[in-house]
Formats: sequence, C-alpha cells, structure tokens
Amino acid sequence: MVDPHHAAEVAVHSSQLLRWIPFIPLLGAAVNFLLGTRIQSRAGRGGVAAVAIGSSLASFVLVVISFFSLLAFDEHSRLVIDTVAPWIHIGSLNVDIGFQFDPLSAVMTLVITGIGSLIHIYSYGYMDDEPAAWRFFALLNLFMFAMLTLVLGDSLLLMFVGWEGVGLCSWALIGFWHQDHVNTTAGNKAFIVNRIGDFGFVLGVFLLFWSLDSAGQATVVFRELPALVGGLDGMLLWGVPVVTLITLFLFVGATGKSAQIPLFVWLPDAMAGPTPVSALIHAATMVTAGVYMIGRLSFLFAMAPATLEVVAIIAAATAFFAATIGIAQNDIKKVLAYSTVSQLGYMFIAMGVGAWAAGIFHLVTHAFFKACLFLGSGSVIHAMHHEQDMRRMGGLRHYMPRTFWTFLIATVAIAGVPGTAGFFSKDEILWNAYLHSPALWFMGFLSAGITAFYMFRLVFMTFYGECRADEHTREHLHESSGWMTWPLVILAVGSLFAGFLGVPAALGGSNAFAHFLEPVVGHMEHSGHHSLALEYGLMAASVGIAGLGILLAWLIYVKKVFSAESLARIGGGWPHRVFLNKYYVDELYGATVLRGTMGLSTLFAWFDRTVVDGVVNGSAYVTRIGATLSGVFDFRVVDGLVNLTADAIHAFGGVVRRVQTGSLNTYLYVIVVVVAAVLFAGTWK
Amino acid sequence: MPEALGLQHFLLVGAALFCMGLYCVLTRRNAIGILMGVELVLNAANVNYIAFSRYGVGGVDGQVFSIFVIMLAAAEAAIGLAIVLGIYRRSGSIDVSQMTSLRG
Repeated sequence: MVDPHHAAEVAVHSSQLLRWIPFIPLLGAAVNFLLGTRIQSRAGRGGVAAVAIGSSLASFVLVVISFFSLLAFDEHSRLVIDTVAPWIHIGSLNVDIGFQFDPLSAVMTLVITGIGSLIHIYSYGYMDDEPAAWRFFALLNLFMFAMLTLVLGDSLLLMFVGWEGVGLCSWALIGFWHQDHVNTTAGNKAFIVNRIGDFGFVLGVFLLFWSLDSAGQATVVFRELPALVGGLDGMLLWGVPVVTLITLFLFVGATGKSAQIPLFVWLPDAMAGPTPVSALIHAATMVTAGVYMIGRLSFLFAMAPATLEVVAIIAAATAFFAATIGIAQNDIKKVLAYSTVSQLGYMFIAMGVGAWAAGIFHLVTHAFFKACLFLGSGSVIHAMHHEQDMRRMGGLRHYMPRTFWTFLIATVAIAGVPGTAGFFSKDEILWNAYLHSPALWFMGFLSAGITAFYMFRLVFMTFYGECRADEHTREHLHESSGWMTWPLVILAVGSLFAGFLGVPAALGGSNAFAHFLEPVVGHMEHSGHHSLALEYGLMAASVGIAGLGILLAWLIYVKKVFSAESLARIGGGWPHRVFLNKYYVDELYGATVLRGTMGLSTLFAWFDRTVVDGVVNGSAYVTRIGATLSGVFDFRVVDGLVNLTADAIHAFGGVVRRVQTGSLNTYLYVIVVVVAAVLFAGTWK
Repeated sequence: MPEALGLQHFLLVGAALFCMGLYCVLTRRNAIGILMGVELVLNAANVNYIAFSRYGVGGVDGQVFSIFVIMLAAAEAAIGLAIVLGIYRRSGSIDVSQMTSLRG
C-alpha cells in the first residue's frame, strides 16, 4: 500500500479563500431565512431564488478556482489548509475550526456545488407555485453549507458537525410540505434512523480518540491521524483489535447516512420530500457521505481487514436486495430510491475491497446520472400534476421530448452501456470486487442486470406505449420550462462523458481520476496475478447481462411478449409479493424494534408511575406531616411566648395609667405636696 | 432708707404674695384665675430677688433674674391664654375640673 499521507509532511499551503466555500451558502441561507418573506413579497419567488442560486454558484466558482490552484501544486503537496478559529482545547483534545482542501475534498466539493447549483436552478422551475419558496431555498442553501462543512472539515469533529447538519436539513426538507402528515412522518423516520447510525459514528470517534490517547498522543484532525494510528496496531479491546471496533462503529454511521442494510429503510420514505430535494440530498450528495467518510479514513479502514469484509458483504447484499425491490415498485420515485440504495451498495463494495478511488469515482458518475434521473422524474411528476404512479403514465415521450431524451441517456448510463459514465465506474468496481472474491463480483454482476431491467421497465412504463393518464391530466401535459430542462441537459451530458475521467488501463486509458486521488486515498495492492483477458471477459459479461436486462424489459413492457401479470404469478406469486413489500423489512422492524421499544417504554412508564411517583408522593406526604407538626409548635409555643410578653405589659400598663387622672387640680396638689415634702426633708436633715 | 424697714419685711411681703398666689392656683377652677395665681407666685419670687439684690447678696444677679422672670411670665401668660382660648373654642368652657381628656 502506498503511504497516502506523506503529503502532510511536505509544505502545507494555506488559503483564506477556503472558508468562503461553505460560508457563502450559509450567508444565502441567513438572508433567505431572515428576509425571505419580505424579499418574496417584494420581488417574488425570483428574488429568493436569485439569492440561493447566486450563493450556490459563487461557491461553485470558488471551488473551481481552488481546484485549479490545487492542480498547480506538486502531486504530493496538494493540501490547502484554512484554520478559521480556535474551537476546543481541553486536556489532550485540541481542535480548531478548520477546512482542508485536497484531491478528495476537491472532487466532493465539485460534485456538491456543481450539481447542487444545477438543482438550485431546476428548483426555481419546479417550485413555481410554492408560496413558501423562501423557506425551501433557505433550507437548500443551509444544506449546501452543512454538506460542504462535512467534506471540507479538517477534523472528525467538524465533519460530524456537517454530518448532523445535513441530517437536520434532510429532515426539514423531507417534511417540507408539512401540512401533510405523511411527509412529516417520513422526515421523522429519516431523522430517527439516522440518529441510530450517528450514534455509532460518535462511538467510533470516541473510541478512536480514547485509544489514541492511551497509545500516547490523541487527535481527531485528519492530517495528523495517519502518523498516529500506527500506535493502535495490536491494541485489543474486549479481545477484538481496537481498530476493527472503531471502523465498525464508524461503518454503522455510514449505514445510517448512506442507507445500507440494516438502516436503509428511511431512504425510500424520504421520497416524500420535493423531487429536487430527492435529487440533491437523497441521490447525489448527502447519502454519499458514508462513502466519503470511509475514503477520508481509508488509512484506518485499511488496518482493519475484518471490517472491510463486513463492509463488502453488507454492501453486496444491499446492492442486490435493493435492486430486486426496485423491480416491483410502481411509484416512479420509489424505483429511483431503491436504485440509489443499490448503487450506494456498489460504492461500498468498492470501499470494502479497498478500491477507494473506484468507489469515489462511482460516487461522482452516480451523482450525475442519478441527479438527472431524479430531476427527470420531477419533470414528469410536475407535468402530471404530482402523479407518481407509473401505471397511470405512458407515452410521455411525445409530450416531453427533452425530458425523455435526457432521462433515457441517464438510464443508459446507470445500466452500464459501454462508453457511458456508469459503465466505466461500475466495471472498475466489479473488476476490483472480482480480484477480492468472485462471489462478491457475482452479486454485483447480478445486480447490474437487475438494475438495467428495472430502469428500462421504468422508462418503458413512463415514456412508451399508450398514455394511461386521465383526460384532464392529458390535456395539460407539457414539456417543462427551460429552468428545468437545461439542468437536465447538462447532467445528461455529464452522464455520458464523466466516465472518461477514469478510463482503465485495460481500455487504453490512464485512469486519471484514481491517479488524482491517489495521494489521499492510496490504493491496496491485490495479491495474485490477473490477465487482461479476464478483465475483458468480465466487462463483456456485465455488458451482456445489462443487455439481457434491457431486452427483457423491452419484451415485457413494449412488445408485451410476456405479460407482467403472469410474471408476477411465478412461484405462486410470493417472490413478487416479497419484492413489492420490500422484503417486509419495515414490518420486521415494526414487530421487533418498534414493538420492543414500545413495550419497554410501557414498562418504564409503569415503573415511573408506581415506583418513582410513589417515592416522590411518599416524601411529599412525610413533608406534609412534618409541616403540620411544625405549624402547631409555632402557633402554640412561639406565638404563645410572644403573646404572653405583650399581655404582661398590657396588664401593668392598666394599673399604672390610673395615675394620670387628667385633673389639673390633682396635679397641682401633688406638685405642692411633693415640693413641700422635699423642702421639709431638706431642712430636717 | 430707714433702718426699721429691713430685708425680712420684703421677704414677708414676698411670702404673703406667694401664699396668696398658691392659694389662688390651688383653689380656682377658672383657668384664667389659675394663670393669675401663677403670676402672683412669680411676682413673689421677683420681690424676693430684688430684696436680696438690694441687701447685698449676689450683686446684681437678683435684678437680672427678675427681668428674666418678668419676660418669662409675659410669655407664659401669652401662651397660657392662647391655650385657654383654644380650650374654650373646643369645649365652650374654661373650668379646669372638667378638663379630663388627658386622663390615663
């Protein structure tokens, strides 16, 4: 393995420009949150959209500038640091708020700001009758800020800030139309499932910090980590290598954020959000955070082969099962959601076999074609008056040609037709998977065929055949405005050509993409020899099965050689029911986790009411008795003494006051007598 | 000044005046009468002061004191009459035997 981090030892560049990449979208969000209603009532939706799109584009321009200045540096000193402010300095924990820009961050930020800006522009067309557009655009910008913080943060802590930030924005945007209870429930589900993953992530970070601390020197700053993690070698916790535990906990975080088994259940429900949100957050950027995290910590994962095994197996299972579920869905966005889960599985296969660059490469190409697919489906949904059921579509290619062509290109790309983006990135992964284990390759290979089938099923059901929409909808069918179609065109072009960034050596390329990332992620050497013939053979096989999937979809849904209904009845109909009901995973979680939690909380509630409340009420009762006794003492004894004093003085005064007769004569007599007595006494002496 | 008239004659006049004043004060029920009795008592004291001063005890101190006493008597009469007037306005009477509102 090439040491990826001698970059840290050579000169570190620093630039104040870096912080503005996330801060500009944050400013945009602040403007729209604080002044959005006013801007929208004065300047209309265009005003708030201009703020959001402008800040997103400005951020993109900064990323491009930073990217080219990065390219100008020597290959092994491509690291730019921007330390903004001191943050936490407690004991051995020293973290600053700082951003770092290296080839991996560069790739991620280019995808986030580039595709993000396109989706911002698209949103202006999509949300054309939205009264709360300001809130939507503010949240989109806030999401951009959080996501950019996630990928630019130079420490695990700052990364976690972004990690939670994107989760928050995801929650807010899934439930954006909060008048409908279904949407808010979906948002809550996404948030809660993500919390479970985040808990694992936090535990991973804690454990990493703790074990580094006991090994000598602790840090959570990425550029300092590689030199220190060597100290964890051979350290055991509960009889397990501590690195394995750390990486497993971190991977739990990744399964939550990136929708892998067992925490993938939130992503299909997240489709309740507006479609641009699905494209931006739940396809192109946020859900890839887990892949990025593993890429960023690849040196750590490389030390834990057992974790990598787990990652690879879970990823292959996710890719396969999600693809099979995709076959039976009828909601256009649900198909795309399961497709996303499945494609994320591919990325994690790559991570699991140590082909870090291949995983990131698929992340990039997937961002293009899946964003294009989601935005295309949004265009369809928009034209169909928010109808999402494919059974009521059909024949739309005549009504919306531009959407159709871009959608078709993206579908071809995801199916892995040679020459498109998906072909290069997927075959890179499959090839690496095969080198690791042919079984992994076989799972990925099957999934590739299923992917081609369900994606073309989607295209054929939506754009071909008779239009099955009702009269009213059909009359209003129209191609979407340029605000929506131009981003589609750009993304379609990307879906076609992004693959040429990483053409493998076997096809006469130089895999520039992997070469660019190598200083950060390195790559793992595989033992054993492999021949070019084998690589060509595998490529041909995956192209073949993709072609088979497409052909099958064409036969069923266009030529209707077999009817879909008769296929659904195969094997007594239970495979179809299982796919349609998503392997009953939601029901399983409902029966186990949810009911378990409910039962436990009922028990706790009983305990709280009887025992805890009993103790509290008992102590209150005792206090009340004490207070009564104290009151009696106060009333009788203390007050009694005080009153006794007063009464005594009163009685004495009653006697003495008799002296004051008020009669002047009496006084005078007394005076005379007393004076006389005194005089007499004086002379007598 | 004839020898026959000595200090004790003046003191006898003073004592007589004092006794008449005291008798007046003790027996009168009219407030103004009491005040007049008090004047008599004071003037008895004045006579004694002047007599002592004249027959060579204490120099001129006796004369000075008597002037003080006259002034005091004037002030006392003024204030006493004002109080009596106030009492009369309030109760319509200046009979001291009826003035018992200060009884304890």
